Amino acid sequence: MKTTEADTGLYDYALREPRLPPPENRDNDELPIALEQRLAMYELQQLLRQFEKRAYDLFMQNLVKGTSHLSLGMEAVATGFGQAMRPDDYTFATYRGHAHTLARGAEPGRVLAELLGRENGILKGKGGSMHLTSVEHGMMGSYAIIGAHLTIANGAAWSAQMRGTDQVAVCFFGDGTTNIGAFHEALNMAAIWDLPVVFVCENNLWMEYTPIDLITAVPNPAADRAPAYGLESIIVDGNDADAVHNVAVGVIERARRGEGPSLVEAQTYREQGHSRADPGKYRPPAEVEAWKQRDPIPMYHERLLRLGVPEADLSAIQQEVARRVDEATEFAKSGGTPGEEHLMTDVWADGGSAWRN
Amino acid sequence: MAELTYRGAVAYGIAQEMRRDPSLVMLGEDIAGAGGVFKTTVGLLEEFGPDRIRDTPISEQAILGAAMGAAMTGIPVIAEIMFSDFIAVCFDLLANEMAKSRYMTGGQVSVPVVVRTANGGGSRFGAQHSQSVENWVMMIPGLKVVAPSTPLDVVGLMAAAVRDPDPVVFMEHKSLMADKGDVPEGEIVDELGVARVVREGTDCTIAALALMVPRAVEAADRLADQGISAEVIDVRSLVPLDTQTILGSVAKTSRLFTVEENPRLCGWGAEVASIVADEVFWDLDGPVVRITTPHIPLPAAESLEDMAIPSVDRIAETVAKRMG
Repeated sequence: MKTTEADTGLYDYALREPRLPPPENRDNDELPIALEQRLAMYELQQLLRQFEKRAYDLFMQNLVKGTSHLSLGMEAVATGFGQAMRPDDYTFATYRGHAHTLARGAEPGRVLAELLGRENGILKGKGGSMHLTSVEHGMMGSYAIIGAHLTIANGAAWSAQMRGTDQVAVCFFGDGTTNIGAFHEALNMAAIWDLPVVFVCENNLWMEYTPIDLITAVPNPAADRAPAYGLESIIVDGNDADAVHNVAVGVIERARRGEGPSLVEAQTYREQGHSRADPGKYRPPAEVEAWKQRDPIPMYHERLLRLGVPEADLSAIQQEVARRVDEATEFAKSGGTPGEEHLMTDVWADGGSAWRN
Repeated sequence: MAELTYRGAVAYGIAQEMRRDPSLVMLGEDIAGAGGVFKTTVGLLEEFGPDRIRDTPISEQAILGAAMGAAMTGIPVIAEIMFSDFIAVCFDLLANEMAKSRYMTGGQVSVPVVVRTANGGGSRFGAQHSQSVENWVMMIPGLKVVAPSTPLDVVGLMAAAVRDPDPVVFMEHKSLMADKGDVPEGEIVDELGVARVVREGTDCTIAALALMVPRAVEAADRLADQGISAEVIDVRSLVPLDTQTILGSVAKTSRLFTVEENPRLCGWGAEVASIVADEVFWDLDGPVVRITTPHIPLPAAESLEDMAIPSVDRIAETVAKRMG
């Protein structure tokens, strides 16, 4: 049978009706979040934004090899949760994990150096963009094959439960992950064992290059699945750091009290394509434009102005972050390329890779 | 000295380690209340309680994920995958997560997990509950793999596996479960990566693993009646692989046979044959011969399964013929 234009048209997703963002909720100005906390979240969002832009620029200069997946437009989720976590809590992320790694306090220079494949990278150049990890900051890894890390986050939470600490594991993933088996195995086990774990779905509407609503049985890929595991359906505006933070504090405290897991769906949008230089042309232009109007960072800037923070203070933060990102870039570029002495190390605990005598 | 069955030795070995390390836990399907479908974990729930011996849902990914996450945050774990065939449904956790984490993170992450699993044929369970899949895991950089053939080795290698800071796949053979052997009193700790010469000989070397070890020994006894002196090596550990014991034996006998239960392609013996050909080629008096299960899914019928898996007859006949 010949393929017709009507058939291929089904897959021209740019012609679909745009899926629009929720309206801005100015009532969130009134959320009980201290101004100092808000300024910290502004600074962190600035860092994530400027870092990701720099990563993109370096990619276009062919200095970042391989691939990278940016969180541009999604910074409020990593920020709201990152700022609600305790230093000894655990983070698990996907290949789109730069923001989550930085949000836990990892050095931007070492993260950028890793993207550049340098010896001074946070993984010595052996992991790359998709596997960012900083155990000393509680960032337990970026996992590039989606699904498994939800089950691994359960393990960290189980460990905290057994050790009698009140640490919490927070696990981030995209909307596409809700359709893989490990998502369901992990939620069931977390629920039956009352694990102190928070699952955070960053629903950016696109599973790579395909609209999530076309390939998911329910409209809200995470929230609508929550009741199947005895969990509350929680949807939050993922472009509003205050809204995210407010929800994050609640679910993390609940886990810390031993009341079990939560599943949060944060609605957001990636302003760019899926990876590398993907221009994201498969998306309806009106959709891209509508979400740009709800870019988390200008909105947050406006909120802080409404709350009485002088513009000069905000621009000072912006400039200080710009200085840090420049410094990080210099640090990353200054690193040597990893040599042969690193190739055969770190397979086993003894530091080596021998498999025979 | 106590006489233990192979299945009893599994629980004995786990109990030894759980008494030593109060942080060690175990999880898996039907391991607590039921004592394991092969009765390899009987009595552990009673001694160590439900917090340390955990029944799980049928969720192999969740089992290995929980094991990995706990291990990388300070709790060593023994995880049971009921049948080794089921490794296929959680292979991502083994092959991509546990195995690679240390390397990918530049040494930041340790995963001290033992994945126990019932491997191998002889139970007439058909193609999805009988395979020997040691080659599936042996090929993954970052995984260690052991397959004991005696109750004593089960106890000693279990201790070695639990104490190892890297992920170890521990293959328990279904057809050896009822075998009995002596286990001395006191703490027993063996070493990964050490093969054992279980029968000395001078004319040829037969390297075997798990269920194939007793069969190779019996074949060697028959070959002795025909005037062929065969040395039998129990490989015991595929990763790390004790090539020195094998190479040393081949230097003495000048012939090598491998007896493998895994299907032929990429079986562990292929790697051994390659090493021998590469490193002691001029010591050889004849070809290296691999005696394996043919490259087929394992059949269920008794007659067919017995034809597929290397038998004492097939081993003895092949060695005699190729030595002739």
